[in-house]
Amino acid sequence: MQVLTDTTLEELKQKAVQLRRDVVDMIYEAGSGHPGGSLSVMDILVLLYYRVMRIDAANCRYHDRDRLVLSKGHACPALYAILADKGFFPVAELKRLRKIDSILQGHPDMRKIPGVEMSTGSLGQGLSAANGMALAARLDNSTRRVFVVLGDGEIQEGQIWEAAMTAAHFRLDNLTAFLDFNGLQIDGWVRDVKSQEPLVEKWKSFGWHTLEVDGHDYRSLMEGVNRAFSYKGAPTMIIARTVKGKGVSFMENQVDWHGKSPSKDEYEKALRELRDGEGGENFHGTDGHQGSLR
Amino acid sequence: MEPMATREAYGKALIELGLKQEKVVVLDADLSKSTKTSLFAEKFPLRFFNMGIAEADMMGTAAGLAASGYIPFASTFGVFATGRTYDQIRNSIAYTRLNVKIAASHTGITVGEDGASHQTLEDIALMRVLPNMTVVVPADGRQTFQAVEAIASFEGPVYLRLGRSAVPQVIPEELPFELGKAQILREGNDLLIVAAGIMLGTALEAAGILEKEGVRAAIVNVHTIKPLDNELLVRMAGNTGAVVTAEEHSIIGGLGGAVAELLAENCPVPVVRLGIRDTFGESGAPQALLQKYGLTAENLALAGKKALKLKKSGK
Repeated sequence: MQVLTDTTLEELKQKAVQLRRDVVDMIYEAGSGHPGGSLSVMDILVLLYYRVMRIDAANCRYHDRDRLVLSKGHACPALYAILADKGFFPVAELKRLRKIDSILQGHPDMRKIPGVEMSTGSLGQGLSAANGMALAARLDNSTRRVFVVLGDGEIQEGQIWEAAMTAAHFRLDNLTAFLDFNGLQIDGWVRDVKSQEPLVEKWKSFGWHTLEVDGHDYRSLMEGVNRAFSYKGAPTMIIARTVKGKGVSFMENQVDWHGKSPSKDEYEKALRELRDGEGGENFHGTDGHQGSLR
Repeated sequence: MEPMATREAYGKALIELGLKQEKVVVLDADLSKSTKTSLFAEKFPLRFFNMGIAEADMMGTAAGLAASGYIPFASTFGVFATGRTYDQIRNSIAYTRLNVKIAASHTGITVGEDGASHQTLEDIALMRVLPNMTVVVPADGRQTFQAVEAIASFEGPVYLRLGRSAVPQVIPEELPFELGKAQILREGNDLLIVAAGIMLGTALEAAGILEKEGVRAAIVNVHTIKPLDNELLVRMAGNTGAVVTAEEHSIIGGLGGAVAELLAENCPVPVVRLGIRDTFGESGAPQALLQKYGLTAENLALAGKKALKLKKSGK
């Protein structure tokens, strides 16, 4: 059971602003990518990587590390920014996102990028892989945990529901899933494209311990994680309500920002907003990656 | 050894493997009695996962187990193990180069009475086109034992193609088995017969027919279709100057396709492909289907003569 102090909370918020700036930076440099979902998922990943997961950048393949599968692989700029910040690979590599010969592929590649546990990108596949990792942890009698982050559009894929049955059937209580519930997919609002309601009831009826949290409130997210860890006999689904494009006013809740890079003006405006936002000015430091939180 | 279906040999081989390698785990999609993984399940219940009728999820789960150091064998019928799960295999297994063994039973037209929906005639093509994938087609029961052991020791994704019906032992016991190394079953200078799986028996019979007509045919067993034994095939194609391929699979994209591609670039001699001619199958007894779809020794001998004629005419 972990409680976030006011100091930690402030550090997490500042870290997230720095990382959101990295995301905007990377996608601007790359000239393509997916800002909306990267910004919506950020706080989920920040809490996991800076407060919850047992990992070690210096020894990134050690056997009993916790695993995270970013099933919504297109949000990888968020993951890459975090992995670089934690020292899995040089921060300078972020500028090479989506470029020829870079390790930072447009979607996560576990064979190229230290710290990436599963290649994803073709939606719907990550939960099955996470289940396999959770089964492996059980076979190993290990206390390591497996996390998986799904997109809300993504769960229209049938394989997700095959895997949902699997996790419940095998009682994978070492598995915690997050749904980045930002309500948007490429062609519009999820409820209009193909509704998933009743969403909470669906996961519950599939045998999951299902929670709802605010995906941009670290204390709410932490509470979800605490409850997931203490729950035995079933996997936990944490439905995290988020805002697509969170942190950049003109991207928030705008479907057009699912998969495009900002113009120069938009880029500068986005960085200004992130600097002046909740993280406050000058937290970023001159080198940009020396926050107190690692 | 008595005639034995390769799926039967697979089931038995898994038990031996399970005893030797504790990292071996087995997954099935509600067909364990047919794929014979039920034998492993009885012996090692904690290392067996029945994934229900959910093949895509099975492949992804196998990938997750492999990513954590296990050696998963994922089994179902060939038609579901490849086409239905193509994207899962492509993105979660082949692209990731994870150590998953896809062992597919009930491949080819000899599935028989279940009909076209269950007869995969394109699985080799689908798996062969994937980077990082190894494709193995054992010819008989003993070779299946050897193949299971070999692929378990090999690090990387493998597609193992197995059949429903009993097949006689055709590969001499003394021939060593090595992944990627084709086996010469018969020497001959006039014609090269390249075969895989159940077509080896047919090839031996066809060589007998041709022998009576004065044609000495060599026979090569290509148990590993990918990576193909380029060196041996190019050399023997060069020696004979005429090639015929035989497989229980579409002539497009399978063994015949692989051999034709190789030889067109490296040793352009006539290649005549015997296989299913771009059509779906149908219900019927396995032997009747082989007859109807032309996978017979007589047809193979005719294909051989066509290759010889092409060689002589220089066309």
